[in-house]
Amino acid sequence: MIEVIRLSSTETIDAVDTPDAATDEDNTDAVRAAMLGELTDELGDALVGSHIAAGVDITVRVDAEAWAETAAFLKDGMGFAYFNFLSAIDWLPALGRDMDSQVDLSLERAEQTDAQDATAAQDATAADTAGNASSSEAMEQGFAGGNSRFQVFARVNDVVTHRAITIKADVDEVSLTVPSWVPVYAGANWHEREAWEMFGIHFEGHPGLRHIYLPGAFEGYPLRKDYPLLARRIKPWPGIVDVELMPTDDAEVDG
Amino acid sequence: MGLVEAGKVPKPLTSLLNMSRKYSLWAYQWGLACCAIEMGAAFGSPRYDVMRLGVIPLPASPRQSDLLIVSGTVTDKMAPAVRRLYEQIPEPKYVISMGSCANCGGPYWDSYSVTKGVDQIIPVDVYVPGCPPRPEALLEGIVLLQERIQNEDMAERWRGDRGDPIVVN
Amino acid sequence: MTTVTNREQLKYISAQAADARVNLEIETEGMTLNIGPQHPATHGTLRIVAKLDGEQVIAADPVMGYMHRGYEKLSEVRTYPQVTTLINRIDWLGSFANEVPFILAAEQLMEVEAPPRAQWIRTLLFEMSRIANVVLFLGDMAVQVGAVTPVFFAFRDREHVLNQIEAATGGRFHPNFDRIGGLKDDLPRGWIVETKQAMKKMRAFCDEIEDLVMGNEIFQARTRGIGVVPADIGLSYGLSGANIRGSGVDWDVRRDGTTGLGGLVHKELDWRVWTHPDGDSFSRFWVRLQEVRESTKMIDQLLDGIPSGSIMAKVPRIIKVPAGEAFVETENPLGVMGYYVVSKGGLAPFRVKIRSASFNNMSITPWLLTGVYVPDIITILGSLYFILGDIDR
Repeated sequence: MIEVIRLSSTETIDAVDTPDAATDEDNTDAVRAAMLGELTDELGDALVGSHIAAGVDITVRVDAEAWAETAAFLKDGMGFAYFNFLSAIDWLPALGRDMDSQVDLSLERAEQTDAQDATAAQDATAADTAGNASSSEAMEQGFAGGNSRFQVFARVNDVVTHRAITIKADVDEVSLTVPSWVPVYAGANWHEREAWEMFGIHFEGHPGLRHIYLPGAFEGYPLRKDYPLLARRIKPWPGIVDVELMPTDDAEVDG
Repeated sequence: MGLVEAGKVPKPLTSLLNMSRKYSLWAYQWGLACCAIEMGAAFGSPRYDVMRLGVIPLPASPRQSDLLIVSGTVTDKMAPAVRRLYEQIPEPKYVISMGSCANCGGPYWDSYSVTKGVDQIIPVDVYVPGCPPRPEALLEGIVLLQERIQNEDMAERWRGDRGDPIVVN
Repeated sequence: MTTVTNREQLKYISAQAADARVNLEIETEGMTLNIGPQHPATHGTLRIVAKLDGEQVIAADPVMGYMHRGYEKLSEVRTYPQVTTLINRIDWLGSFANEVPFILAAEQLMEVEAPPRAQWIRTLLFEMSRIANVVLFLGDMAVQVGAVTPVFFAFRDREHVLNQIEAATGGRFHPNFDRIGGLKDDLPRGWIVETKQAMKKMRAFCDEIEDLVMGNEIFQARTRGIGVVPADIGLSYGLSGANIRGSGVDWDVRRDGTTGLGGLVHKELDWRVWTHPDGDSFSRFWVRLQEVRESTKMIDQLLDGIPSGSIMAKVPRIIKVPAGEAFVETENPLGVMGYYVVSKGGLAPFRVKIRSASFNNMSITPWLLTGVYVPDIITILGSLYFILGDIDR
């Protein structure tokens, strides 16, 4: 820490030794494994999945009921004082939104699935009915697994020891409710408002879930996978234009 | 002044009036996104210096301005405010739409929250394309607008004939 | 590290309450002040609804969304190279820096690494976009407290950096220059010498701002002790960049990155992280000024040390990113910016969570603006330094 602050150019302040930040690659894994061990000891059965990418990152999935306790333990017990972000993800296979299809087919799919049972809509079998090859894949969650359509995930940092961890939790598909992080991390307030607006996930104990970005009369939850982009219905997707002819090739065609 | 409103001003007087209007455009800046910085560069930086063209960049209120420059993405949430401020500007008023987003939605053509072009809510006189347009392009748009003002027949303007929009290219 | 203890906080609150009581006795009526959505002091389209008691703010509620363009949704329907075009426009003052964390996340998923030369040039442009961004803040902050001239200097001197960025990338504002596995092009001839001269000019600009603004009595009176962010509160709100370093937290992702930062070479350079213990508006300004200086020095080192070699690794012509998840954060001009990219092996990302710096930085405003006087709102907003595209995305 600097003690003296002067209003002068950079040279007048004595250089302070920066801590050695170069973490050893082999060492990092041990650090992350220790983090996982500590969390397992505290949470027990509530910790339902984990994934460590060696030397890169750690993801831990906890039970939704333990969502708030995990935050409290991370902050007070493990020193993760820095709140990075909180968001959600919809694991419904993206129908009609892969680059091969010309239009966004999710509207058609929504119409089809309306007729079916709401729970069946989240099944892989329901996805089959849409008639798109890519949609036939089953819902597949990412790192640390999962078994629900929506997941919330958040990331916290420890700015002293320079560690970070991503926490995930499955969201109950009927109630779509998870406990709020606001009492632990004040910064979660706006992030939860955003997740509520974009996914329709409720955060129990949040001081005021209001619209944050969209006008109050907005209908739907835009980041859900079955929310169609209407402009794409009217105007077909131009397709993959990444691999364009070089200007010289064009000239030859014209000539 | 009755003559002006009736459009019965003699021609030399018209061009004198038009010239004084063209060289005292009070430009209300509706800076919304990236383009606002390029507009700021055109208006605020010594390198481009819009005042030499007779444009006064900082009116205190839309009620004192002649020219509205919409620079940047107009979202559905913002659109009512844009419309409202436009209505506060006294006639005759001119609108420059700066940048792809204000022209047509630009890179956000398929977004769920972006208005696809400011011309859906207010009439536009000059389109300046680019993402963002260089400050020179905006200055070109202003110069072209000034040319139009110089040759304008006020009687037509009052009748609501704005002419085809100018596109800077 | 400054931390406001509970006792100090209580003292502050009781002082505020005493003030409020005085106001009660003379029966001032509360009023709601609406600032924005189009206001020169809000850098764009932020709207702040402040409930006032006399000259004091009782509660402030920022209303965002006037610039919400739906990047996260649009990223899901674009291929990876197309996403780069889009995300340039998040923080529009330091555009190149927006691309870097996304490209690094994609590289991490694809397990490719840019060649050393590309990494050096990438770091070079990354730091140049920081200068292009923060220089405008240095001028703009003075405007917020009443001095108009410095912003003209900022616009003037910023052009030196923009010229160099344009010469190298072709884009004055939105370079779209970074590619998965490297860069689009090599540097043009003569660029290195010109950039060195530009850096000299930027250092002169910093000195000028220091003389003109920072030592100015009015500026100090307006910013010292205004908008104090205690370190622990700043951390729990997720403040980053100069905002948290201005509160004495010695944390910079360029140095202390937790994710594998293969694509930038800050660790090979000789530089330091600046912190200031006060946590007020002045300290945030001070830290940013030092960081611009530090960046110019970094760029000098980078210019001297660019290795030779290719600028593009071997990547397929059509980019398909293998399934997986990656989060990469970098220290962008406004603070920590990160992308959580979820891929399912397709041409387009499955989900992109954009963790932008200004969103977190601004989330502290309801807390920070409570109890301040109306003119200080502007100072505090100015010193937190946000860009609307970065808040609303």
